[in-house]
Amino acid sequence: MKPRVVIVDDHELFRAGVRNELDGVVDVVGEAATVDEAVERIRAERPDVVLLDVHMPGGGGPEVLRRLAPAQLETRFLALSVSDDPEDVIVVIRAGARGYVTKTVSATELADAIHSVHGGDAVFSPRLAGFVLDAFAGSLPTKVDPELDQLTAREREVLRYIARGFLYKEIALRLGISVKTVEAHVSAVLRKLQLSNRHELSRWAVERRLD
Amino acid sequence: MTAGDLPARAPALARDLDNRVIAGVCAGLGRRMGVDPVILRVAFVVAAAAGGAGIVLYGLAWLLLPAERAGRAVAARVLPRGASWQVAAGVGLLALALLLFLRELGLWFSDALVWPLVLAVTGTALIWHRSTAARQRTTRLRGLPRPPEPITRGRALLGAALVVGAALLFLVWTDALAAARDVVLVLVAVVVALGLILTPLWLRLGRSLAEERAARIRSQERAELAAHLHDSVLQTLALVQRRADDPRTVSALARRQERELRSWLSGTDTLDAAESIAAALQAVASEIEDAHGATIEVVAVGDAPFDSRAEAVVAAAREALVNAAKFAGEKPIAVYAEADDERIHVFVRDRGPGFDPDGVAADRRGVRDSIVGRMERVGGRAVVSSSRGEGTEVELVVERR
Repeated sequence: MKPRVVIVDDHELFRAGVRNELDGVVDVVGEAATVDEAVERIRAERPDVVLLDVHMPGGGGPEVLRRLAPAQLETRFLALSVSDDPEDVIVVIRAGARGYVTKTVSATELADAIHSVHGGDAVFSPRLAGFVLDAFAGSLPTKVDPELDQLTAREREVLRYIARGFLYKEIALRLGISVKTVEAHVSAVLRKLQLSNRHELSRWAVERRLD
Repeated sequence: MTAGDLPARAPALARDLDNRVIAGVCAGLGRRMGVDPVILRVAFVVAAAAGGAGIVLYGLAWLLLPAERAGRAVAARVLPRGASWQVAAGVGLLALALLLFLRELGLWFSDALVWPLVLAVTGTALIWHRSTAARQRTTRLRGLPRPPEPITRGRALLGAALVVGAALLFLVWTDALAAARDVVLVLVAVVVALGLILTPLWLRLGRSLAEERAARIRSQERAELAAHLHDSVLQTLALVQRRADDPRTVSALARRQERELRSWLSGTDTLDAAESIAAALQAVASEIEDAHGATIEVVAVGDAPFDSRAEAVVAAAREALVNAAKFAGEKPIAVYAEADDERIHVFVRDRGPGFDPDGVAADRRGVRDSIVGRMERVGGRAVVSSSRGEGTEVELVVERR
C-alpha cells in the first residue's frame, strides 16, 4: 500500500514540484502552507508520513511538531529544508522528526526516505551522521547517562559508514549483520539524539525554548 | 658564572627563586644581565645604606617582577585585573620612586609636591592608557568598521578624580587655597549650575549620536548585502536564463551558487583553507565540482591545522576526486574526513562502475604515484578498494605524530 502523505511547505511552487515528483509512488492526501493549516490538515487526515518544511512563518516545522505532540500520533515526520545547518537539523529532530533531508535531494532518494520513515526507520543523511559523530565526540557531560549520552562502538561504526556514503544494505554486508540490525542501530542513535542531555545537543533546544 | 654558561638567549626578566637571598630580585637581574648577583647585592646594600633608595628600588622590583614559576608579579596579583590598572599603578610607583630617589640625592621636593605629583601621574596614566586586550577584540559582524575602543567610564572617572584630587591636595598643602577660597566657591557654584543645565542636553546629544551610528551601520550592512547579491545570485540567475536550453550547465550554475551562498550565510567563507583541513577539502571539492560537473558532498568530523601531512592528504584526496569525477558521472561523490591531533583519515567514495583491482596494474600508474606514493612519502598509507558495479572507495590515513 502506498503511504499517505501530507506536504507542509510555505512555497507553493515547491509543493507542486514534490507532488509531481512523488506522483504514483506515494499518495499525497493534503498540502499545507502555514503552521495552523498543517496542524489542522494532519489532525483531519491522519497521514502516514508528513513532509515538513523547517522554515515557515510562525515557527515552522518545530512548532507544528510541538503542537501535535507526535508521540501520540501514528504519523511519522520527515523534515525537509534548504538549510543544512546543524542547528536546524537538531532542533527539528529533537522536536520529533524521524529524519532529515535537504531540498536538493533527488526524487528517488526522497521516495526512499519516505518509505524508510513510514516503515519506522530513521533517515540519516551523511551530513547528519557526521554531525552526530561530532556532537557525541569529546568529554561526557557532568550528569552522565551512558544509555543516552554516549554512542556504542557499533553505532559509531554504522554512523561512520553512513557519513562515507554507504547505503544500509552495503553497511550490513560490510559489518556482517542484517539490514534490520543496521536500521536498529540507526534508530537507537536517533533516540539518543532526541533525548540526550549532552550540551552540544541541548543548548539549541534551550535557546529556542523547545525543551 | 662565566659567559660560556649563558644560554644562547638571555632568560626572561624574572625573580629567580632558586638562588634567592631575599626575594630573588638580584639573582634574577644578574642572570638576565649576565652579571654575578653578588655584585648587584652589594650595590643594593650600598644604595640602601646611602639614604634608603636601595630599599625602595628593591621593594619596587619585588612588586613588579614576576616570580620565575608563579608567572605573575605580586603587584599584578594584588591589583585589580586589567592591563590599564597595572600600567597606571606601575607608572605611579615609578614616578614615586624617581621623586624619592631625586630627593635622596639632595634635590629638594617637599611632600606637597611629591604626593600630588604621584597621584596625578597615576590618574593620567589611567585615562590615557587604552587596554591592548580590548583593542584586539574583533567584531563578528561582517565588514563593519570596528567601533572605537571606549575608555571605560569608571576608569576615566577614577583617573579624573585622582588628577583633580592631586591638584586640590597641592593647593591645600601649599596654602594657596586659603586666599582663593572665595573665588573657588564661586567657580564651584558656576560649574554645578552649568552642569545641571547642560547634562540633559549632553545626554540627548549622546543618544542621538548613538542612533545615528546604528542607522549608518544598518545602511552599510544593507549596501553590502545588496552588493553581494548583485555579484552572486543575480548574476547567476541572469546566466541561468540565458542558458535555459542547457540543463547540465544550468544545474552546475545553480549548484555553484548554492554552495557559495551557503558558505556566505554560515560565515565559513572566511575560513582560510590554509588553516583547516575541513576548509581545504571543501575548497578542493568545489574546484573539482566546477571543473568536472560532479556533485561532491564533504562531511568533516573534527578539524586540525593544515600542516605538511595534511597537505599531502588533501593533495591525494584531490587526485582521488578527479578520478572519481571522471567515472562517477551524475552520481554524487562522498568525501568523509576525520581529523584530530593524532591522525587524519579521509574517505573518497564514488558510485561509478568500479573496476577489478587485479585487472589493472600497468596503466594505473597515475593512482600509484599520485595517491599511494604521495601518502607513503609522509608516512601514511592509501587503500583503493573497488569491485565491478560497486563503485570505488579510496581511503587515506596518516598519523600526525
